[in-house]
Amino acid sequence: MRHVALTVNGSRHELELEPRELLVYVLRERLGLTGTTIGCDTSSCGACTVLVGGESVKSCTMLGVQADGLEITTIEGLASNGQLHAVQQAFHEHHALQCGYCTPGMVLAAVSLIEEGKATSESAIREGLEGNLCRCTGYHNIVRAVSAAAAGVS
Amino acid sequence: MTVTESKTTTFVGTSVKRKEDASLLRGRATWVDNIAPPGTVHMAVVRSPYAHAHITRVSTDVARAAEGVVAVLDGAELAEDWQGSLPCAWPVTEDIKIPPHFPLATGETRFQGDGVAVVLAESRALAKDAAELVEVEYEQLPAVAHVDKALEKGAPIVHSDLGTNECYVWKLETDDFQAALEAADVVVTRRYVQPRLIPNAMEPRAVVAQAGPGGELTVWSATQVPHILRFALQLVLGIPESKIRVIAPDVGGGFGSKLNVYAEEALAAALARRLGRPVKWTEERAENYVATIHGRDVVHEFTLAATKDGKITAVKSDAKCAMGAYLQLVTPGIPLLGAWIYNGAYDIPNYSVTFTGVFTNTTPTDAYRGAGRPEATYVIERTIEALAEELGMDSLELRRKNFISEFPATLASGLTIDAGDFHAALDKLLELLDLDSIRADQKARREHGDVKQLGVGFSTYTEMCGLAPSRILGAVRFAVGGWDSATIRMQPLGSVQVVTGTSPHGQSHETTWAQIVADQLGVDVDVVEVLHGDTAVSQLGMDTYGSRSLAVGGVALWHASQKIIGKAREIVSHQLEVSPDDLEFANGSFSVKGSPDRTMSIQEIAFQAHAAHNLPDGLEPGLEATAVYDPPNFSWPSGAHAAIVEVDTETGDTRLVRYVAVDDVGVPVNPEIIDGQVHGGIAQAISAALYEEGIYDEDGNLLTTTMTNYLVPSAAELPSFETDRIETSSPTNPLGVKGVGETGTIAATPAVINAVVDALSHLGVSDIQLPATPERVWRAIEEAKS
Repeated sequence: MRHVALTVNGSRHELELEPRELLVYVLRERLGLTGTTIGCDTSSCGACTVLVGGESVKSCTMLGVQADGLEITTIEGLASNGQLHAVQQAFHEHHALQCGYCTPGMVLAAVSLIEEGKATSESAIREGLEGNLCRCTGYHNIVRAVSAAAAGVS
Repeated sequence: MTVTESKTTTFVGTSVKRKEDASLLRGRATWVDNIAPPGTVHMAVVRSPYAHAHITRVSTDVARAAEGVVAVLDGAELAEDWQGSLPCAWPVTEDIKIPPHFPLATGETRFQGDGVAVVLAESRALAKDAAELVEVEYEQLPAVAHVDKALEKGAPIVHSDLGTNECYVWKLETDDFQAALEAADVVVTRRYVQPRLIPNAMEPRAVVAQAGPGGELTVWSATQVPHILRFALQLVLGIPESKIRVIAPDVGGGFGSKLNVYAEEALAAALARRLGRPVKWTEERAENYVATIHGRDVVHEFTLAATKDGKITAVKSDAKCAMGAYLQLVTPGIPLLGAWIYNGAYDIPNYSVTFTGVFTNTTPTDAYRGAGRPEATYVIERTIEALAEELGMDSLELRRKNFISEFPATLASGLTIDAGDFHAALDKLLELLDLDSIRADQKARREHGDVKQLGVGFSTYTEMCGLAPSRILGAVRFAVGGWDSATIRMQPLGSVQVVTGTSPHGQSHETTWAQIVADQLGVDVDVVEVLHGDTAVSQLGMDTYGSRSLAVGGVALWHASQKIIGKAREIVSHQLEVSPDDLEFANGSFSVKGSPDRTMSIQEIAFQAHAAHNLPDGLEPGLEATAVYDPPNFSWPSGAHAAIVEVDTETGDTRLVRYVAVDDVGVPVNPEIIDGQVHGGIAQAISAALYEEGIYDEDGNLLTTTMTNYLVPSAAELPSFETDRIETSSPTNPLGVKGVGETGTIAATPAVINAVVDALSHLGVSDIQLPATPERVWRAIEEAKS
């Protein structure tokens, strides 16, 4: 077991972790933050994307112990004061989610893409979200939502 | 008393924003994997690495002794827990062969991934660790993985006691078919291989089972079919359905793959009873690729016969359909879902369809979005192009010449399309497309010998969906009915609860059902709450698949609404002392004809109904009604789609330039949600055309085992879509609706392949096998050259 201190959605947690525990399981099973979902075993689908120090990271590609001392934002921490983040709001306005399973990861990947200034065109958004798979929407409305959020933010 | 105000706006036809989003966007959904009652033990399944093998020994001692292990059991040890086999609900012929299928294999494994033993431990990780310690000795047997090989003489037999891999032969042929075929001027026959598709719902399957001391059982499952699962668990476990509660909480997509009753559901339930502790299992993606059903895997030989001026006179389909190693819930029936529409959108008087179901040492097939209808639509829409070429006719002209144009239209296969306008859909598509400029661009590229060639492909389709009239299901040997139910409950202070028998997993019923009920009762959409997916709340239901929810469950809402209004009318009539016939109901309020100031709102009536101080003699208190609706016909969406592709003739790479869809889904309830369904369906069908193929080697090893080697497309692979609609109201139901869940997957695959072939036709390419990967396209070009 390793002692780890990490900050998730502004709250500090001290945990004893097995070295093999993936960050996504730490979030889901140790901290009860089940908004982050798991869609594959191969870092292909991006459902488990969270923000680590503001950058999008697939939380199945990172060990919990590697998060020691870091700040993490999950989907539960994205809205502030009850107000949806602009990307969440745009997903709602543009019907960019159906079953919603990929949505937390997709939203956080989009937040990161916009903040990096890379959501500049439809093709840039499509390329930028390549690591996040959705099986319901065909991406059409996701791209619209991210475009709208990017236009609003910038 | 608080009374919610009546509304005069209508919600049906408007893009009301989704109620579902509030929890999904905040990470507050309830997925089955979020659920772990106190004391939960975690299950891992030990699976066969071989497609076909004798199990000679299962040694569990080491695993039992491992840290945190609660139990380890093999198939033989669990055999006494099963009252019945995992059910197959569609024995399509009287002499179909249905091999026993128990949740764990005993004696022999028949596909890679077949369960052999289970391990239960205190955590997911410990269960997985211990599963590695279960030693299974196998003696490998010859395997067969492909339908053509499985029917050859001397092929390995999947179920040796059957003596054959032929599961069934099903045939439908009209009387004068053979004569019509022989009399035809032109006969075109083509062979098509439609590969395995792996559904890939983003949420893998998961189940939690909890057994109570009184024999009661609660099962949370990531399923499309909680009601069917409850029914099946009685058959498998022998527990009365009345003691079983199945809950499908938030479910992350299905596409048919969760329209099933799976081994792991039965295992979790049986083990929860044995151990007296909740049992949980969550599928990993690699496990999903072998343990969850696949779709398609059909080889067709398909014939169209026509007069020399292009009137199609006969259609013949002969298909070999892979069942996989066992029959899951609907496995043998999937081809039949296309059996009556091999004529496509065309009036073809003579008809012959034959299916041969074939066992192979592979994961069982079953429903994947469209189920049977994409298969049928693909072969007719590809062959109509071949026939046009043979006749020297433009393929759109050939389509128009043969379109069914008068409705209702009774098909040669015996079913009746209630409404449609196939010409109007194609007209609108062509308006959107600007075909002349596309053809001009194509011509210029051909003349210049450009590396990147342009192609345009069409698909005009209809589908039978809205499953289904119960009598017809009975006639074709489906085990259960096709009705669905709705309960509407007006609460005393005017809010409305709706209980539906459908079970959404992305389809937005919480929003659209509320729209329908709000309009009928004249209340605000925000006061209507839709409950679903829990058999303790929704006792009567047949769940969600086959584009049935709106055309069956949605229509049940209408019928339940009329019952509410009927009862309300009795109360108003009594309290205002007027004849029921003198009352008009509009916008949520009854008024007396000729005395518009004498009114009573539906909310006031709800309160009166609950107070029961002044009700007519004999009328029960409360304002609640249930309707069970059995549709008299299938529903028949239709439409015209076009794909425009750019093919790199040096690399074989294909890019979608545009995709344009015009669909007729009847009266639209929520246009934005309809578009979303169409987008998703088109994306899956484009992907089936260009990317997706589940591949087995000759020994039955699945080679496409994860998302790294089975291409689920990302946003980068797909274009934005252009969607539009025409509208012919369905006269079959009072809402005029038809359903929309499968239109895209049915229509789009042939449109894309027709476009790829069109781009290369001047080079002599006439067909490309699915999926049209760069290698296949490049080879097709090279073969045409030589």
